[in-house]
Amino acid sequence: MKPRIGTTLASTTDATTVVVVRWGDTDVEVTCGGAPMVDAKGPEAGTTHPADPDQQAGTQMGKRYADPDLGIELLCTKAGAGTLAAGGAPLPLKDAKPLPASD
Amino acid sequence: MNLSVLLDMAAEGFGDRVVVGTRAEGLTAARVRELAAGGATLVAEAGADAVLYLAVNGPAFPVALFTAARAGVPLVPVNYRLGAAQLDHLVAQHPKALVIADAAQAAVAERAGLGFRTPAEFLRDAAAAAPAEEGFVDPDSAAVVIYTSGTTSAPKGVVLRHANLVSYVLGTVEFAAAEETEAAVMSVPPYHIAAVSNALTNLYAGRRVLVLEAFTPAGWVDLVRTEEVTNAMVVPTMLARIMDEPGLDRAVPSLRSLAYGGAAMPRRIVEQALAEWPHVGFVNAYGLTETSSTITVLGPDEHRAALSSSDEAVRARLSSAGRAVPGIEIEVRDEDGTPVPAGTAGRIWVRGEQVSTEYAGRGSSLDGAGWFDTRDQGRLDAEGYLFVEGRVDDTIIRGAENIAPAEIEDVLLAHPGVADAVVVGVPDEEWGQRIEAVVVARPGTDLDDTALDALRETVRATLRSSKTPDRITAWPEIPRTPTGKLLRRDVVAGLAPAEQIR
Repeated sequence: MKPRIGTTLASTTDATTVVVVRWGDTDVEVTCGGAPMVDAKGPEAGTTHPADPDQQAGTQMGKRYADPDLGIELLCTKAGAGTLAAGGAPLPLKDAKPLPASD
Repeated sequence: MNLSVLLDMAAEGFGDRVVVGTRAEGLTAARVRELAAGGATLVAEAGADAVLYLAVNGPAFPVALFTAARAGVPLVPVNYRLGAAQLDHLVAQHPKALVIADAAQAAVAERAGLGFRTPAEFLRDAAAAAPAEEGFVDPDSAAVVIYTSGTTSAPKGVVLRHANLVSYVLGTVEFAAAEETEAAVMSVPPYHIAAVSNALTNLYAGRRVLVLEAFTPAGWVDLVRTEEVTNAMVVPTMLARIMDEPGLDRAVPSLRSLAYGGAAMPRRIVEQALAEWPHVGFVNAYGLTETSSTITVLGPDEHRAALSSSDEAVRARLSSAGRAVPGIEIEVRDEDGTPVPAGTAGRIWVRGEQVSTEYAGRGSSLDGAGWFDTRDQGRLDAEGYLFVEGRVDDTIIRGAENIAPAEIEDVLLAHPGVADAVVVGVPDEEWGQRIEAVVVARPGTDLDDTALDALRETVRATLRSSKTPDRITAWPEIPRTPTGKLLRRDVVAGLAPAEQIR
């Protein structure tokens, strides 16, 4: 898959949603809970798959998950139980210290 | 990504939360999205290529911002306080705009041959219109055009693309991180970059925004208390007025965070505020219109650490603008464009995705490697704290010596009897420019000739004689823009040679 920046992807194993913040030139499959994520406004929206019990690390609302090598960055807009992964490898939480509100 | 995606995220993540206005009568995130979708239909029906906003801040402002984003045209907030000639010139740049204007600005729209809606009419019509189709809006298209205040040169239209503003929001704010009880009060007018960035970042964080249309110290503390405001942004002159207002009850128990920026903050004021409000986290933010707002931040812990430190270098940071936010690089360069080492003053250059790449009709604003010249003078310390020393264009050249007014202003402002101060270069036959200062006495203080002479001696003792003002004059007020920027040209004009001032 190669979604456009700003696209919302929905999990097919639980309620997780993410927004695509960055996506390099790679064509790679992003999964949640072991099953492919789909365009939340696309034809596959609403499909469901069983979750992989070994991929249940969960996500946190508002946090970003990124793989700098693939150039992929996803922002969690609805938290869920499934693990986000790109090309089979879990996407690590992007550790960004929150800044104080400046405006 | 474009701004509409940020609004979609808010509407889907916390759609029923009130994000604009009072808790009882405000707009929810979902309602802002509905109104923006309706507003975009009004833009399409009018065939407009911009949304011109000529009104005071209020609920219509964020709706106009997201309306323009949804319609794929820029929002152009214009300074309604400009003179008629300047205003007409700016409005004439946007002959096909949909105009939102206060009734007080009707004449401006009429002179331009444009119809207009008041903010209330715009909200009413947007609510009644069918939602616009969701089209593709290129992240590289203009989201906002803001005209610079033009205190040192003619106003330029800064083009901020969706990608610039989104980069700023994603880089500095955590989505949905605000608690439901949080509320922010905005005191700067809508044509200031902070008003745009504030509307975006608070919505994205899920924080309700209130607007104070006309700032007064009493009105500000009243609003903070009655609406239980947790976050506020002020320009330095506002904080100075709050701190200096005689007899004002400054209790603000709900306030947790106070951000300030837009001009230099007198150290005396921030020290007083830190002492009076020990429960508040202070944030100094430095940025320009061209940088989508904040590029450096001095955070709450750094304020308190500076205040209590025995290390001179740490103490000095209370006067700094803090360190670069993620995604921003800063260099200080000399006249030839060569980076200078820490501790050396020069011109501040900046690079990052949030930095605007062009001025409307003037082409690129960056050098070949993507760096932007802020035209601000400053220096970095060994740990990357940035000290901003004012506009390069304000440098006084006395004889062959370059003198930054900020250094002298800091000494004057540290004096307990001085509420405000400005230092300018006045044309002089012997020196090219001579140094003159204007000060404003604090309420209850009399700055007579003896006191002014003593003040000159203080500067001489602190700096050196070539940096001592040739004359110090006391005025009842120093001319500033409503956003707190010094109008140095007006000061120089007021100090016209050989004229006795007041």
